[in-house]
Amino acid sequence: MATATLEAAPAVRRKRFVTPMKTVQFVLLVLFASAVLIPLYVVLVTSFKGGADVSPANAWDLPHIFSTDGWASAITRLAPALGRSLILAVSAAVLSSILGSLNGYVFAKWKFPGADVVFTAFLFGMFIPYQAVMIPLQKMLLDLQTHGAPWLDGIPKLILVHTVYGIPICTLIFRNYYATAVPNEILEAARVDGAGMLRTYWSIVLPVSMPGFVVTLIWQFTSAWNDFLFALFLSSSRNGPVTYALQELAGGQNPDYPSIMAGVLVASLPTLIVYIALGRYFISGLMSGSVK
Amino acid sequence: MRRLRNWAPGLLLVSPSIILVGIFVYGLIGQNIATSLAQTKDRITGRVTNPGGLANYTNLLTDDRYQHALWNLLVLTVVFMTGTMLFGLLWAVLLERGVTGEGVFRSIYLFPMAISFVAAGVAWRWLLSPAQGVDQAVGLNQLFLKLGMPWLQSKWWSDSGSFNMAAMAIPAIWQLSGYIMALFLAGFRGISDDQREAARVDGASEWQLYRYVLFPQVSPVALSALIILGHMSMKMFDLIYSIAGANSYTAEVPATFMWIQLFPQSNPTGAAANATIILAIVAVVVVPYLIYTNRTEKAGR
Repeated sequence: MATATLEAAPAVRRKRFVTPMKTVQFVLLVLFASAVLIPLYVVLVTSFKGGADVSPANAWDLPHIFSTDGWASAITRLAPALGRSLILAVSAAVLSSILGSLNGYVFAKWKFPGADVVFTAFLFGMFIPYQAVMIPLQKMLLDLQTHGAPWLDGIPKLILVHTVYGIPICTLIFRNYYATAVPNEILEAARVDGAGMLRTYWSIVLPVSMPGFVVTLIWQFTSAWNDFLFALFLSSSRNGPVTYALQELAGGQNPDYPSIMAGVLVASLPTLIVYIALGRYFISGLMSGSVK
Repeated sequence: MRRLRNWAPGLLLVSPSIILVGIFVYGLIGQNIATSLAQTKDRITGRVTNPGGLANYTNLLTDDRYQHALWNLLVLTVVFMTGTMLFGLLWAVLLERGVTGEGVFRSIYLFPMAISFVAAGVAWRWLLSPAQGVDQAVGLNQLFLKLGMPWLQSKWWSDSGSFNMAAMAIPAIWQLSGYIMALFLAGFRGISDDQREAARVDGASEWQLYRYVLFPQVSPVALSALIILGHMSMKMFDLIYSIAGANSYTAEVPATFMWIQLFPQSNPTGAAANATIILAIVAVVVVPYLIYTNRTEKAGR
């Protein structure tokens, strides 16, 4: 697993070019960074504007009258959906991480005949466009819901879906992690001592699994939180997650821009906090998306 | 028997996941293909309106609206992939050489990746407003006016020209360039410093160092990056839905057209055929890639 490979290279070769080259490099980096931050600037500035201040003419200016009305209205409107998203993202992250850990253990250390084929078949599930399963998925879940599982409506349905479609990537992350983090000799020793597969998992593999769990939990939390496609097809404004609610907030006839832009920030805050606080693990998750 | 006892527990432990993935991925794909081949009947008279089978696909492929969506997807994909790869590689090269505040730049470039396409789309919908001129312009157009560069104003994706989807690629490039940067950066950092030293000792220029020593070694990263971006582009839905709205013909791609087919047009057969084609395009690229990585991994063991 590509953990922490982005860390700076040793300082040896750095001091070499304190040259015009170096300056150009820095200026370019600053320019690109400013360009990337432009949307964030506009969103932030607009979210703190008060009524009369929102006219398009001064959209790029800092607020003349500082107001938190936009934030208040966005939070009020998004609060129920925020709660639902939190339940959804946490549950889906925990469930698929547990399954991924068990699977990864088997695919790395307890291979059965055909395990590689099954694993590749799992990986393909990571790449499928969900449009290709959406129509029958919607029907199957609706059938389940109307025949005996009415509680499935809304968030539970999305938890199920995100858990299942999260299995491939979590399995991949754990398999790659266990392949290097758990030496075969230790497992062999445990086997000689008479420990079975589950016992070995519980007392040897699980205790060293934390780094893997951090990566899969963050990855799954972020993708469940940010998902809109499943939300649109499988839930409604009444029981949908925050992406759904934000879409509704932004889609009104007379757009209230401070409230919409505050909504953008409110809906992005949890994943942004995760990114800022645990960026290194977030990046490892991204890396594992590239299969290697 | 002893061998069976060795591997059976493993299979048992994975079996819940095998069943779930089997049903939710392969079972549903199969069912979707079946739907795409189904016969359609008139709801009231029960008369067969469409014999089904492969005709469903030829109907879709010859539909002007679908062809327009395919063209849009092509424009979007080419601009999105080229732009994202270029920025990703450029940023990685600028950063891998070591610079003050590297961590800050890295975090800034990568932050859009943490935001949902929907949230980003809401912001970009405003930034890419088509209105132009001193009294009307909002978003980026207004910024260009303020900066004294009125010629940069554009109708963006709302433009009626054939290449309007190039503008839709801008927010997508904004979101994913940082990701590609991170992939390349990890690739560069994996190359030992000795090789650079050796090249320099041999008198290689900076350009030659990249061209002949570093770039060839990150080419597997480039392949992964292309696959990831390509499959993302094929299924891009959230961003377009969020920027252009649910019902935009101008910005329509197969993934959003499928939603139109399914709901406003209540044509699940056509929608399923559309989805199957998206899947087929992705599979043609991804399956060989997965087999290839599987092989190289085995060979490396």
